[in-house]
Amino acid sequence: MEIWFSQMDTENVKTSVRVDKQLFSKQSEYQRIDVFESREFGRMIVLDGEIIFSEADEFIYNEMVVHVPMAVHPNVKNVLIIGGGDGGVAKVLTQYPEIESIDVVEPDEMFIEVSREFFPETAKGFDDERVKITNMDGLRFLRRCRDKYDLIINDSTDPFGHTEGLFTREFYGNCYRALHDDGIMVYQHGSPFYDEDEAAFRAMHRKAYQSFPVSRVYQAGIPTCPAGLWMFGFASKKYHPLKDFDAKRWNKRGLKTWYYTTHLHKGAFMLPKYVEDILSEEEQKK
Amino acid sequence: MDRISQHTAPVYEAMLELRKRRVVPFDVPGHKRGRGNPELVDFLGEKCVGVDVNSMKMLDNLSHPVSVIKEAEELTADAFGAQKAFFMVHGTTSAVQAMVLATVRAGEEILLPRNVHKSVINALVLCGGIPVYVPVRVNHQIGIATGMALSDVERAIREHPQAKAIFVNNPTYYGIASDLKGIVDIAHKAGMKVLVDEAHGTHLYFGDNLPISGMAAGADLAAVSMHKSGGSLTQSSIMLCGKGVDAEYVQQIINLTQTTSASYLLISSLDLSRRNLALHGRESFEKVSSMAEYARAEINEIGGFYAYGRELIDGDSVFDFDVTKLSVFTQGIGMTGIEVYDMLRDEYDIQIEFGDIGNILAYISIGDRIRDIERLVGALEDIADRAGKDKKELYCGEFIAPELVMSPREAFYAQGEKLPLEKTVGRVAGEMLMCYPPGIPILTPGERITQEILDYIEYAREKGCSLQGTQDLECREMRILTEI
Repeated sequence: MEIWFSQMDTENVKTSVRVDKQLFSKQSEYQRIDVFESREFGRMIVLDGEIIFSEADEFIYNEMVVHVPMAVHPNVKNVLIIGGGDGGVAKVLTQYPEIESIDVVEPDEMFIEVSREFFPETAKGFDDERVKITNMDGLRFLRRCRDKYDLIINDSTDPFGHTEGLFTREFYGNCYRALHDDGIMVYQHGSPFYDEDEAAFRAMHRKAYQSFPVSRVYQAGIPTCPAGLWMFGFASKKYHPLKDFDAKRWNKRGLKTWYYTTHLHKGAFMLPKYVEDILSEEEQKK
Repeated sequence: MDRISQHTAPVYEAMLELRKRRVVPFDVPGHKRGRGNPELVDFLGEKCVGVDVNSMKMLDNLSHPVSVIKEAEELTADAFGAQKAFFMVHGTTSAVQAMVLATVRAGEEILLPRNVHKSVINALVLCGGIPVYVPVRVNHQIGIATGMALSDVERAIREHPQAKAIFVNNPTYYGIASDLKGIVDIAHKAGMKVLVDEAHGTHLYFGDNLPISGMAAGADLAAVSMHKSGGSLTQSSIMLCGKGVDAEYVQQIINLTQTTSASYLLISSLDLSRRNLALHGRESFEKVSSMAEYARAEINEIGGFYAYGRELIDGDSVFDFDVTKLSVFTQGIGMTGIEVYDMLRDEYDIQIEFGDIGNILAYISIGDRIRDIERLVGALEDIADRAGKDKKELYCGEFIAPELVMSPREAFYAQGEKLPLEKTVGRVAGEMLMCYPPGIPILTPGERITQEILDYIEYAREKGCSLQGTQDLECREMRILTEI
């Protein structure tokens, strides 16, 4: 017997994964949540038909949104994760002893429950006493924050789904205010390859570029993402991701990783020409 | 309202039946269920194009309804508490015009507030009725025209006992309602009809804690924009008749200008929207009210903006307030409404209903979700923050009521000449000029132009309002009556 789950990368391209069985399927107030068991990727969580992470490749994403800013900012104490209902990003952050608080703002309670039930290893991040979960819309939470965080990680995935508001000018503006004067924001920048994703990719960079003095993009290869390619945004008020990057300091920590290295840190900011062109075009727009 | 019969939707059901029958069309429209225009099918979808059909026996005829349209109109009348309802396919503009044309003839007077929609003035050009303006009160804090005070209406009725009707906005674009019940009582006592513009008031028929609806207040005719808060397709609307109205005459008036090829997309959307409103309207508008109230509270917390609500109610010219309206006074952050409106669209991808000199209006409806509200509030906060603290002295742009020299029709058809706006002071306008939206005329045909009015127009232009109404698309020249 064969059961295949297909993620529609575009109208004309799909990524299909053979699944053993479906473990969960329910519509929450915000989205449809499915969990599958697969041979190749282990368990996968799917939101509104898109793979959010799988056991096999989630480490790439989690390490890249945490270690990159942590190797740049010398003194991170307070972190905000917007989204992050699976706990994976929080888990990587808890490896840093100097961090004092990690606020996770995830509107969808069901997503958290499902993660705890089916991905207990990932959701362990929530058990650390520095982690505080708030079930609230990200934009609403941010409105009340001023000069509060050293690092904000936007762990929301879909610029067209219920997290649309987290890829907008108002979101970047609100993040800017919520950060300290030397704060950094890292966000998912999507995949620039397919035409239908390119417009969103462009708009995101334009908005971040207009809102922050430093705004760079870096990449990682993630098999379950459209075209296997995923981009992240690094927006900051002060620190540059390469000029202020301190490899020695970070290596001294001796953290165990599977994807991130300080060599890769530098490489991740070296982008394909077509992506560079897209970014510089957007930077020239007013 | 008979809830059981409200479950049916006669036009919609007849259209489903037609689709099943697979009738071969040798009638119009010529695209023949889309086959003749594949690009259109690709764009709008087969389902949509497939029901773009013409009137035929099984689908009835809007100009002469005897079967399914008649039933659908009867259900609508029942749902809205009216004696009779008409489906309209030329927008609420056509419903407003039909109300006026059905009530006022050449030379007869009609009482109305000056802040009416342009469609009312245009109807007077068509029928030759004479407008008698009831003074409009102004709220000086937010610079908007409010409603009519009952005492002003009483005086107008006393001074113009021959007037045929009084026209009432219920509510205004900004959500302000006059004492409609009080107006109906004194107007009827004086033998005048009451015409109600409910372009912004469909939900009043299905909500609690909202201003009273035209039919509930005993009005004679009401124009209701189903396509605004009611959820039907753009351009579809309804006209309601109260007790004692000669509906057959009203039908004749409608037929004077109505198309004989009414769109079934529009008609079926009215039928389905009426069903939805009748069955679920109350809970939907409760949700809309609470979303708007939430947004108001959050916006007022930002500081600088003033999202006004029921606190404006003074029992007089602001007799009631429609809480589903989210109107925000923006000058507290040092920006005009139109500037905020443009910024929301250009930089935040948020399209709101309109911005004028002092205010913006965000339209909240049954299609909204709280996360979209968060975006709007988040964007306003960001704008307030970027606007900085230096509060510029802004011209509040208060409502001006010009002097009416002759009737709109007389002025419209009188001999005139085109002059650059700046040379028109003291002269009489031969055409209309307004900002759109909201479409409330700054000048109507027959009104005297003053320097104050020209200053207002130039200020609105400078701030980015879209000026319309004159033959000159740029609104730099105006047709002025030749002085004799």
